[in-house]
Amino acid sequence: MTSVPIDVRPIRTSEDLRAVRELLRAQARSVGMSETDQVRFVTAGSELARNILKFTPGGDVRVETLTDGARLGVRASFVDQGPGIADVRLAMQDGYSTAGSLGLGLPGARRLVDEFELASTPGRGTTVVIVRWVR
Amino acid sequence: MSREGVPILRVDAHLLVTLQGDLDDATVLRLEEDLTHEVERKPTRGALIDLSGLPVVDSFMARVIARISSLVRLMGVEVVVVGIQPALAVTMVELGVDLRHVRTALNAGKGMDLLRRLGDP
Repeated sequence: MTSVPIDVRPIRTSEDLRAVRELLRAQARSVGMSETDQVRFVTAGSELARNILKFTPGGDVRVETLTDGARLGVRASFVDQGPGIADVRLAMQDGYSTAGSLGLGLPGARRLVDEFELASTPGRGTTVVIVRWVR
Repeated sequence: MSREGVPILRVDAHLLVTLQGDLDDATVLRLEEDLTHEVERKPTRGALIDLSGLPVVDSFMARVIARISSLVRLMGVEVVVVGIQPALAVTMVELGVDLRHVRTALNAGKGMDLLRRLGDP
């Protein structure tokens, strides 16, 4: 697997959301993702960026293009230094929300991508990595 | 940051709202305020919200669109959401967004037909 770092964007205020979506869209398009897959990937990223805004003082998204030799893809890593997620299994359930929203963020984002990895340490922060491959 | 809001077009007793481009949260929230205000200001029978120019609808935007629709309907005005492109529809279903309580039509023409039918019992 080879990856090429593209860009890092801060996620601090709701005004950063559009820039995050724009960055993800530009990369998804540049590797040749279909229109529908672009929308899936950008929407997943928007949900993860919203989680950072909702639950933490802020974070970043790091975007890379990927290849495993046979295909191209985009990876986006959402990193925050927030409170972490105490019960990851619960947070991944549809309808679970601590913020009075619909609780679609994490499970919804996972359904929109090919790969989804979440690592969280209570008190230290959370990292969510998503990948969408071009088919 | 665009603060200038989404234009609301009035054609007789109908309102037309066209959402265009990647909107920030403030713009989406402001539409809720502007549309309810416009409905209160003048006799209105229906409102058409066209999403065909939206590149993405995440759970926040979907929630606000559903809320706008409920609010305006509570004020006695039918709302039809139109122009949800295939890529958006697929994404919204997979994300788990629930727009079952929102009336939809394929495009603006069909949406206007529906609004007229709803307005003439």
